[in-house]
Amino acid sequence: MDYKDTIYGINGPVVTIKNSRSFSMMEMVFVGTERLVGEVIGVSDDMTTIQVYEETTGLRPGEPVCGTGSPMNVTLGPGILDNIFDGIERPLKEIAKQSGSFIARGSNSPALDEKREWDVTLTVKQGDCLKSGAIYAELPETPVIRHKCMVPPGLSGTVISVKPNGKYHVNDTVVELKDNLGKVHELSLCQKWPIRTPRPVVGYLPPNIPLITGQRIIDTLFPVSKGGTAAIPGGFGTGKTMTQHQLAKWCDADIIIYVGCGERGNEMSQVLQEFAELTDPKTGRLLMDRTALIANTSNMPVAAREASIYTGITLGEYYRDMGYHVALMADSTSRWAEALREISGRLEEMPAEEGFPAYLPSRLAEFYERAGMVKNLNDTDGSITIIGAVSPQGSDFSEPVTQNTKRFTRCFWALDKALSYARHYPAINWMQSYSEYFPDLDPWYAKHLGDDFVQYRKKINNILQQENKLMEIVKLIGSDVLPDDQKLTIEIARVIRVGFLQQNAFHAEDTYVPLEKQKLMMKVILHLYQSAKQLISASIPISGIVKTGLFDKLVKMKYDIPNNKLEMFDDYMKEIDSTLSNIVSA
Amino acid sequence: MILDYIGVKDINGPLIVLDNVQDAFFEEVVGIRLDDGSVRQGRIVQMEGNRAVIQVFEGTRGLSLTNTRTRLTGHPMEMPLSPELLGRIFDGSGRPIDGLGDIFPVKRANVNGTPINPFSRIYPKDYINTGISTIDTLMTLIRGQKLPIFSGSGMKHNELAVQIARQAKISDEKSGFAIVFAAMGVKNDVADYFRRSFSESGILNRVVMFLNLANDPIVERILTPRCALTVAEYLAFELNMHILVIMTDMTAYAEALREFSSSKGEIPGRKGYPGYLYSDLASLYERAGMVKGKTGSVTQLPILTMPNDDVTHPVPDLTGYITEGQIVLDRSLDGQGVYPPVAVLPSLSRLMKDGIGKGYTREDHSALSNQLFASYAKVMDVRSLASVIGEEELSPEDKKYLEFGKLFEAQFVNQGPLENRTIDQSLNLGWELLATLPRETLDRVDDQTLDQYYEPAKKRLSSHKDSQKNDSQMMWEPLSKINGALNEEDNTDEDTDGGGTHE
Repeated sequence: MDYKDTIYGINGPVVTIKNSRSFSMMEMVFVGTERLVGEVIGVSDDMTTIQVYEETTGLRPGEPVCGTGSPMNVTLGPGILDNIFDGIERPLKEIAKQSGSFIARGSNSPALDEKREWDVTLTVKQGDCLKSGAIYAELPETPVIRHKCMVPPGLSGTVISVKPNGKYHVNDTVVELKDNLGKVHELSLCQKWPIRTPRPVVGYLPPNIPLITGQRIIDTLFPVSKGGTAAIPGGFGTGKTMTQHQLAKWCDADIIIYVGCGERGNEMSQVLQEFAELTDPKTGRLLMDRTALIANTSNMPVAAREASIYTGITLGEYYRDMGYHVALMADSTSRWAEALREISGRLEEMPAEEGFPAYLPSRLAEFYERAGMVKNLNDTDGSITIIGAVSPQGSDFSEPVTQNTKRFTRCFWALDKALSYARHYPAINWMQSYSEYFPDLDPWYAKHLGDDFVQYRKKINNILQQENKLMEIVKLIGSDVLPDDQKLTIEIARVIRVGFLQQNAFHAEDTYVPLEKQKLMMKVILHLYQSAKQLISASIPISGIVKTGLFDKLVKMKYDIPNNKLEMFDDYMKEIDSTLSNIVSA
Repeated sequence: MILDYIGVKDINGPLIVLDNVQDAFFEEVVGIRLDDGSVRQGRIVQMEGNRAVIQVFEGTRGLSLTNTRTRLTGHPMEMPLSPELLGRIFDGSGRPIDGLGDIFPVKRANVNGTPINPFSRIYPKDYINTGISTIDTLMTLIRGQKLPIFSGSGMKHNELAVQIARQAKISDEKSGFAIVFAAMGVKNDVADYFRRSFSESGILNRVVMFLNLANDPIVERILTPRCALTVAEYLAFELNMHILVIMTDMTAYAEALREFSSSKGEIPGRKGYPGYLYSDLASLYERAGMVKGKTGSVTQLPILTMPNDDVTHPVPDLTGYITEGQIVLDRSLDGQGVYPPVAVLPSLSRLMKDGIGKGYTREDHSALSNQLFASYAKVMDVRSLASVIGEEELSPEDKKYLEFGKLFEAQFVNQGPLENRTIDQSLNLGWELLATLPRETLDRVDDQTLDQYYEPAKKRLSSHKDSQKNDSQMMWEPLSKINGALNEEDNTDEDTDGGGTHE
């Protein structure tokens, strides 16, 4: 559908058209002679309002606005992985080739490389009946990921022609499908999907498999499940981005979608560079082979920032539909909320809390609800885990974005300024954080790591709680007056905090720790605690036990025991026993 | 056809409204001629049909509904660019005010710039040796970084910025180093202090200055950093120079933006600042960096004064979310006469982790800085405990921490304004301070590094202690020697590289 109208007013990224009746809500439009991408966000009797995804400098009233007849959509197909896009899926590599280091306006490069040939294997034959979501072709998109081309949701029918296996471009027709109304549809390697509509699924499955991250405090104390949602709130400098990077590098999802939403340009170049160098411990291939980046940095147009979150999750859902486990990192959702606020302000809507629009909670809910472990239309299982960073203004967790996010996520990893000041990373505060996934995940932990893992975690948690109470006293009167058993609690809690919870992302062994080692570390720490407790109840002073250096040795065991030499933990157990029995005999 | 629009429809603060405007475009610059012959500049900030809202840079004082003639210039706000910019002084909207005449531009560029493609960025890794122990060791400045100084009125942020500019230049002289200085709403003597200091260091011909002083129009203030950054980008990415941009004071800039926003009748966000303050600040700060295929860089050192020293105020808060770390100054250290009064714990450099260590500074750098942060954080805990139960009641270990804290502030944080310490000096000093703590408390460092650096530092310390037994203060001789500039007499027989040499 081709229809045109002309610009009436311009105010920042918001453009208005007067007396037009042809545009529909959320329709994608091209604005001005430079054909800037925009989206209709308001339609009324006399005024149509459009948000423009690019700089509006130089636009004049009277320039044309062209409708496309379809909502804001993205192209889904091979070439998404190992690539970097802006907030509306424009390929930044291509744009760099065309316009150099700075992003010029009105770029119209196709999202996916149309000239690249893919080695396609067709998996259907003539006469096959295909339902929505059925896979009709496969191709190796990167060395580790097989891309599966699926019948778009809402379409089904009989295959009337199939091309032979071979090399095809993204837009080449490989299958022709006749639906039950007799209409013939040409299926290529790609499809379009509107970003604000979730891709349909058959149903949701219980979230009972953890997303293994190799980060001790997360895997042990606050695990998130595959298909779960987690929020990482923290003031600036507390390590949100660092935590997101660690998770993106090491979590055991098949596909990573990293959305840099209104954050720093240098951080995105860091991700690009690191992921292109680091190898995935599981596949031995580069991390970039399973990663797609959406980079809409803080100085790029604000409307595209608002869209970037939806673009990211739509790409994620596409890979989920193929049966992959996807993890989506959104850094940061506060910037997205601020983009909402900014546009809402330009529309002169009535503000609710702190100037945010009243629909902020419902938008957040819509976004987080697109996570989940699901049964796909083609009967495969897949999941999307959303890990959203939140940047509370003034580091105050009571502000609207943090509070509303808390309602829709089940994991809360609160980052703490005091911890980050002491360079205790990840600065996840163990008193404020929580995970609601324990009931779903405990059976998995019990099955794969034994019942004791769950027991150990409870004990560790218990000690930390006790320490927190004791520290209140210590802050008032000092630690000297505490009885020996409480001093032991404080001493062992120090081992847990520094030796277990704190993790060094820059240390080759410590950056990723397998679950088995996490369990053994807890076991050794708790063994020392139990043994020392017995000595103290036999009136042996704590100072003597501390003097043995066992506590300090355990603090350093995360560095001293390599991830592949877990048998060394037995030596630690023996050493604890022998050293402590020496104290008794002396 | 050139049209003059006579009169205006409406005047509101710095804004005027024109009706029946033909063929104008958004953000177009206009010239406004008053009946008395003076000319002002303005920019179209909103268009609705043929009605244009224009922001007048010099303010609307003296305008009436009938005494103006407005002419469209046909281009957006542009800055003339040429290599001759170096050494020149401009007003807040980029017009020369040093009496040396107009710039003959090689090219013109829109002051708003265009965003750097994230794909084209080079991840910054080259560290800048500022010669200041706290910054080099604990919050290393990297070329292409944006590292603001969070300060408060009355603290020594200007001195610190000048010292960084002066000392950072030394390693860069060959590759083409220049400073772009943007003053926004600061007092005349502050701007003059910077000019004098650059002149004393002999680098004035490598400085481009933009001055929008406290009594200059606020609308111009919104343009000042944009003009400055356009020049910086030109020098860095077309002439391949290393540019340090000093912008002071960002709080005054944000207040100008607030004033302008409220006169436009926009819905205010937190503390009355417009909802787009984050995006607006980001459009400035994100213009730092390095790009592929160019050897130049733009490093930003914005200075902002936190109202009431409140770091959660929207301006420092949003700034901290955009910039790659921050240097926070502390009033109580300042009160104790410590210079630079850097509050170590809340300060941070995000790009530091990949720019230090083997091949960049020294292999023990990362471990040492982590340990200094951790130990100093412990000092704070001990101090708060001591303030409740008294120093006497502290355990012997805690007392050692108190001692360490005192020395850390007096020897490591404190240094002379003309003192330029090498990275080795700073790192060794750090180890000597840690040597006052028992080895087993250093849990951020592995044994090998401890053997290599902690033990020698401890020996250095104790050998000095033995030779100076009768005077316990003297054990700090080696440290205070490095600290030569603190002590006027010591200065003469010291060989601190750079400190005072160019005076």
